[in-house]
This record gives sequence, C-alpha cells and structure tokens, in this order.
Amino acid sequence: MRKFLRRFYVFLIFLFLYAPIFVLMAYSFNSSRSRGAWGGFTLKWYRELFRDREILTSLKYTIIIAILSAVISTILGTAAAIGISHMRKVPRSLVMNISYLPVLNPDIITGVSLMILFIFANINFGFKTMLIAHITFNTPYVILSVMPKLKQLDTHIYEAALDLGATPSYAFWKVIIPQIMPGIVTGCLLAFTLSIDDFVISFFTTGVGVSNLSITVFSMARRGVNPKINALSTLMFLSVLILLIIVNVRMSRDIKAKKQREATLI
Amino acid sequence: MNRKSIIAYPYVIWMVLFIVVPILLVFYYGFTVDTGAGAKFSLENFRRFFEPVYLMVLLRSFALAALSTFICLLLGYPLAMILASKDFERKNIMLLLLIVPMWMNFLLRTYAWLTLLEKKGIINSLLSALNLPTINIIYTTKAVVLGMVYNFLPFMVLPIYTVLSKIDKSVIEAAQDLGANSLTTFKKVIFPLSLPGVISGITMVFMPAVTTFVISRLLGGGHYKLIGNLIEQQFLSVYDWNFGSAISIIMMIVILISMGILSKYEEVREGGGLL
Repeated sequence: MRKFLRRFYVFLIFLFLYAPIFVLMAYSFNSSRSRGAWGGFTLKWYRELFRDREILTSLKYTIIIAILSAVISTILGTAAAIGISHMRKVPRSLVMNISYLPVLNPDIITGVSLMILFIFANINFGFKTMLIAHITFNTPYVILSVMPKLKQLDTHIYEAALDLGATPSYAFWKVIIPQIMPGIVTGCLLAFTLSIDDFVISFFTTGVGVSNLSITVFSMARRGVNPKINALSTLMFLSVLILLIIVNVRMSRDIKAKKQREATLI
Repeated sequence: MNRKSIIAYPYVIWMVLFIVVPILLVFYYGFTVDTGAGAKFSLENFRRFFEPVYLMVLLRSFALAALSTFICLLLGYPLAMILASKDFERKNIMLLLLIVPMWMNFLLRTYAWLTLLEKKGIINSLLSALNLPTINIIYTTKAVVLGMVYNFLPFMVLPIYTVLSKIDKSVIEAAQDLGANSLTTFKKVIFPLSLPGVISGITMVFMPAVTTFVISRLLGGGHYKLIGNLIEQQFLSVYDWNFGSAISIIMMIVILISMGILSKYEEVREGGGLL
C-alpha cells in the first residue's frame, strides 16, 4: 500500500511536469488550428516551421552566439581562473566577489545594466551587443567550474615537470591544462546551455533584426497561440532528450569501465 | 609567482567594462534626476518607489513568489524523499526525467501552459466534454503561480534530494532503535539534517520567481504587474531610466542581503553538523 502510494505520488508529479509538453507534441500534429478540436494528423506545421524565416534566423543566431560565447568565455574564464589563483589575497577576493555579481544578480538587472552601458557608450544594438552580454554572464560560470580543479591541483607535479627540464609553457600545456580539463569542459558546456536558454538578458541587449529563439517564441506567444511553436517545442524536446540520454549512457559506461579497471588493479 | 596573474588581466578588464561600469551606471541613474539642464543628485526616485502603487507591486511580487516557493516545497519535499529512499527503483531514470524539462527552453515551457489554460484550450475542452464546469484561470494570479510552480519545481527537488541521499542511514536507524516513530524521526532527524537542501531549494525558486517578468506577462496577460514587469516597463516603454534604476537598486540590495543571510545560515548548519 505504502509503496503504491509513493509510486502514485511520483506518477502525479511527473504527469504534472510532462503533460503540458506531451500535449504540445500531440497538437503539433493536429491539422486543425483550434486547440479544442482534433482535425486529423498532419505534418503541415513542421513544413511551415522550416519555411519560417523568422524562426530559422533566430535559430541560426541562437546557435552562433551559443558557440562563440561558450568558446570565448571558456578561454577568457580559464585564463582568469589560473591568473586569479596566483593573485594575492585582497585582489583575488575582490575579483571573485565581482564575478559573483552576474551569478547572484537577477538576470533582469544584468540585462538593464548592460543596456544602459550600450546606450551610454553609443554602441548599436544587435549581434555584437548580444554576444558581449552572453560572454559577460557566461565567463563567471566558467571561472567557478575551473576554480575547484585548480585548488585540487598538486603543484609538485608541475614543479617535477620543471625539474625534469620542461619549459614553463610546456609544463603548463602538458601538466596543468590536462589536470583541470574536466572543469574546463564542464564550464564550456554550462556556458553553451546557459547561452541557448537565455531570454531575459538577450531581450534587453539585442537590436532590430537579431533575435534568439527565446525572443522569437516570446513575441509569437504574445500574439497568441501558434501551432508552429508546438512543432518547434517537439523538436527541441526530442533533441534535449536524446542528448541527455547519450550523455547519461556514456557517463554510466565510463563509471562501469572505471570500476572494472579498479577491480582488475586490486 | 605573481607574474602569472597577468593572464587574468583580459578578464579583469572585461569584468570592469561589462560588470562594474554597468552597475555603476545603474547607481548613477538611480541617484539622479534629469532636470533638462543636466543630471542632478536626488533621492526622488526612491521616494517615488514608496508610493502605494509601487509598494503594492513589490508586495505582490513577494507574495506570489513566496506562495509559489511554498507550494514547490510542499510538492517537492515528498518527491525528493521518495527519490532518495533506498528501495526506490529506477532512481537514475527518474532523476534524468526530472532534469529534462529544465533543459527545455523556459519560454516554451511557459507557452505550453498558455495553450492548456486558454478559454477554449485543452483542459476546458476536456472538462466540457465530461459535462464539468470549465475553469477560467488564464490571465489571473492563479495562472501566474501555476506557471512559477511548474517552471521552478525541479530546482526545489534537486538540492533537497542531494542532501537527503547523503544522510547517513545509520543515524535514522539509531533514531528508530531508540524508539522514535517515523513522524518523530522525520521531525527530529531527517528534516533538520535536510535543511541546507531546503534552504538552497528555497533560494533557487524564490529568486527567479520574484524577478520574473515573462511568466506574469504571458500567463498573467499583463494585468498582474510584478516588480520585473515594472523594471522592464521603465526601460523599454516609459524610458524612465532613473526610476527603473532605482527599482533595480532596491531589488539588487534586497536579493543580495537575503542571499547573504541564507548562505550564513547554511554555513552554520553545515559547520554545526551532528556533533
């Protein structure tokens, strides 16, 4: 009985989480435009989705900005993390505390403050401003992912490399970077997903003609319900699901392999 | 050693330009008024915020966010407990399923409820097909709260789950051995130990809920202005940067202070531990 109740509770919560998504998916195949009625199966909305200039352009900008901002903030943030860890105490805590600001501050405040800056500095709103904004809110997350790895770093290994005749830059690339690589990868992925998902900050820092997917969905949803958005949601949901399953399967395979290796070592 | 800190300088310059300067500009606009002949120092913008109309907006934002956070805790805590319990099968898949909606675009998730709650939407068609009275909650505060709970529930469950699954099972067994029933065990052992998770869950739900302007705009239909909508309006339609900046400063201070208090509490808890 207890077990049944628990399962039922979990079922109800997941129903609440997934029902809206599944309804959207089902209705993306509905030929009738009205929500109340089922007019038969169709792929019409998908065809229209792929012909929609507005959506396709915003998809393009979303991906370009996500890749560019992830790469730039990973480089900027990794270098910053390494540099910060070599700073003296006072400047280090100053820089770290300021870096926390975009993480802690509500997005809307980061958004409007950047908007004021761009208007103040007379920069034209568009691709450039949105990219700058994304790099700005992504970099602190990269620093926060790389920092713990740097703290775990055994400095003796680096010194050993130098003693064995490696130049500082060779030791840096061959010893330090490989050890903090997991943190760099996490930071990069985090930056990429944050950039793809961002709405608020982009909303305040974009200009005419440049918008990401979130902004397009927002302006379409304000005009009312649109079956093309259902089709878009279905595709996005499936790609997220597939991506997460792949990551999960690979991770559990890695853990298994690691366990096996440890077992054979013992 | 210190020569190496040079590679942080590009970021430090970036940080000053795009984090420090923008915040300073917000403070500059918040503390000045435009007199036509130039900006003048003034506290007028802050005084204006304490007018009843605007205080109501602040109050409403906090009330709605607090209500949503409370509902998330009420729904999320039992779920976290069930997921963390030892005999629950397929734990990893359930956790993955909990994360998947979080990865889907926030706007699309909110939009999904728009189609469900519409006057002639799916829920109402189902209800009228069953000859039940239809519900009209779209563009009301109820819809806004529903949207917040839907969007932020996983943020409540995950931190609580993490803390609960780390609790030493022998502590619970000890409580049971000493004669505590399950309610007492929960009240005296499990819940106090899970507090750090509860607190970070509350932070992760309350903070985005109190500043949202998307959920209130899409599901509240613009009738229910929250503090986020007020800020957006000042910057994008009224163009009163001075007032908008003042509201942003108040918001920022309130949030940073509450984060500070919460994180202090968390540290004390963690440091205090069991012994």
